[in-house]
Amino acid sequence: MAHPCVVTLDHTSRPRVLFSGDQLVEVDLPAGTRVVYPKPPMAGLRDPDAAIRYAVNHPLGAEPLYSKLRPGMSVTVAIDDLSMPLPQMRKPDVRQRMCEVLLDLFDDHGVTDIHWIIATAFHRPMTEAEVKRMVGDRVHGRFWPEKLYNHDAEKPGGLVLLGETASGMPVELNRRAAESDLLIYVNLTFVPMNGGHKSVGTGLAGYRTLKAHHNPNTIRATKSYMQPETSTLSKKMEEIGKFIDDKLDVFHIESTLNNRMFDSTLEFLGKNEDELTGTERAAMKALVKTLEWTPQPLRQAIFEKVPAPYEVTGVWAGECEEVHEQALKKVTQQLVVPIEGQADIAVFPVPYISPYNVGAYLNPLLLSVQIEGYLFNLHRGMPVVKKGGTVIALHPASDKFDRDQHAPYVEFFHELLPQTRDAMELHKKHEKRFSQNAGYIQMYRTGKGYHPVHPFYMWYWGENGRQHIGRVIIVGADNEYVPKVLGYETAKTMDEALRMARETAPEDPSITCMHMCPLVMAEVTPEPDSAEAK
Amino acid sequence: MGVAYFDVDGTLVGTNLLHPTWWFLSNQQSPLASARRVGRAFLRGPSMAMAEVKDRRLFNEMLYAQYKGMSQDRLATLAEEVFEEVVIPRMYAGSVDLVRKCKDAGQDVVFVTGSLDITMAPLARHLGADRVIANRLEMKHGVATGKLKRPVVAGPTKARLMSDDAREHGHDLAEAFAYSDSYSDVPMLSIVGHPYCVHPDRKLARLARAYSWPILDLRA
Repeated sequence: MAHPCVVTLDHTSRPRVLFSGDQLVEVDLPAGTRVVYPKPPMAGLRDPDAAIRYAVNHPLGAEPLYSKLRPGMSVTVAIDDLSMPLPQMRKPDVRQRMCEVLLDLFDDHGVTDIHWIIATAFHRPMTEAEVKRMVGDRVHGRFWPEKLYNHDAEKPGGLVLLGETASGMPVELNRRAAESDLLIYVNLTFVPMNGGHKSVGTGLAGYRTLKAHHNPNTIRATKSYMQPETSTLSKKMEEIGKFIDDKLDVFHIESTLNNRMFDSTLEFLGKNEDELTGTERAAMKALVKTLEWTPQPLRQAIFEKVPAPYEVTGVWAGECEEVHEQALKKVTQQLVVPIEGQADIAVFPVPYISPYNVGAYLNPLLLSVQIEGYLFNLHRGMPVVKKGGTVIALHPASDKFDRDQHAPYVEFFHELLPQTRDAMELHKKHEKRFSQNAGYIQMYRTGKGYHPVHPFYMWYWGENGRQHIGRVIIVGADNEYVPKVLGYETAKTMDEALRMARETAPEDPSITCMHMCPLVMAEVTPEPDSAEAK
Repeated sequence: MGVAYFDVDGTLVGTNLLHPTWWFLSNQQSPLASARRVGRAFLRGPSMAMAEVKDRRLFNEMLYAQYKGMSQDRLATLAEEVFEEVVIPRMYAGSVDLVRKCKDAGQDVVFVTGSLDITMAPLARHLGADRVIANRLEMKHGVATGKLKRPVVAGPTKARLMSDDAREHGHDLAEAFAYSDSYSDVPMLSIVGHPYCVHPDRKLARLARAYSWPILDLRA
């Protein structure tokens, strides 16, 4: 029997309402289409602060934090950046709660040499206002900017080489973090690829370490980012993380959230359209129309300004792997919906948000990351779509970039991609040149920019999806150029896209629609009578 | 490999052509001589302001006419003082790192500036620039005539001089980088494959948005 979140449409089913960037569109899907809905939000902890205090005082596989603290020692707290959760959560952010519990502990134990580093890796630096919102007034007021700042992977002398892992990966880490007596990582695990050994070894790393695993070969060998046990990427990060944990005293704190992305007034967005009440249906219609009439910049501003009422579902502290195991269980419990069998055609609504465009438009390169990177990888077991199958994605695919955040993306998309989409060729011929671009590096260090190699990483990110998916058809594109550069086809309507997809699909193809947002992830098992199952 | 061309005033250093000139004029042999030169320059201020609006090259020529009669030795000595007292305190925080990153990437670093070569020499040494394309005062018997040697480095001429420099040193301009803060430098930004606007003036910022030229801030 199918999971309650899996709905099979029939001839009486109403149209589905799906995200297409920052708009909602009504889409008629054929009878027999399987629609996978997000699970309802799990209950949040009643007292998250108490849970954090309990976690650090009763850690897993480690001594309690207070026993590690002594006056005169140097402590660095590394904090996950704003790339998660999406959208940003209501105040207080769970990272603020964790930082404030830590600050009280430091004060109680006479620890004064404290640095707080936002573990941005090659992401853009967070602005002061964003940092303040994330860590709260207390930590911001006392430590910004001298002792609360963004990691800078290009700072001259700012990194230190710890050595090489057994397989020869160089481990180059933020100097302050590496030279502190104690390193604490404050983590927010929103999806299964967050947290664990990825945190320190990526968030505080330099280029030499990042390129050891952020490359086309590693991504091609990774089945799903969201299933660490089958992810080559996760294995490499684990090797680096273990190496770091052997060298440094690292105390991990991981927290998880439920998927309550919308307030009660908008909760209907995650529900089965056939089960909406009359009021909800009217509200849905009104929302669809309002968004249609609202200018794009205003739509984006509205969505960005409304924080999500996410609730904390768990906090664990101590040794990395034991902590991460608990966090993974909780995240999986919230996100994963089991389905049987892959689809010939998958429908992915592409929302307006991704980890890499907070405060910016989801540009064409990030659109490809969403489709072939994140949405494709939001599975355990097998991909939702069969090998060589078709993905139909809904998005306007506008040729629009944020010049300050994504300046290197513009050059990558308009100069390089029209020449080649081959990730290996891009990696070998062009990545080094970008990595040395002094202007882009400056934008990353002191402006609002992503690191110059980040667009390459974004292209690699879609590499396993690109190797697996046969065709991508964009519905609702406002131009032909962007989809063409990305190697996609276009269709004006869902009907046309389905007709095109059927041309290369078996007779009576199976269709699965992943109904985002809120976030949902599929655990795909073979159909009982299929060859894979036998 | 490759080459990076930098405008200097307003790009790497928070100075303009007037800052060092003021230092030169106000540090003459005697207070009276200084007062005389400053007074004369002050009287020509309005016409120089009009020239600046009309043609940057004309402005440069009018400005450097104020140097007439200064000895080469004195200019050389004052140039070091200008560097210490005027240039270094106004250098942007990110300038050293930006130039160093260019050097690390194996690029030749070339300053292309309307300032005088004598004031640029200490800065070029300090930042490790490979070459300087700057204005040069004409000297007769060791004394400045108040005229500039040709070509006058400003506006479109900068682009031509960069093109000559690239050809001479075997660089492809399509792969070259250029950095400037001013709309008057659009020609030098336009001829390279990688133009960057550094805290641009309003007109240049508008152009940068239209052409997707990246905008940098070295003040942070």
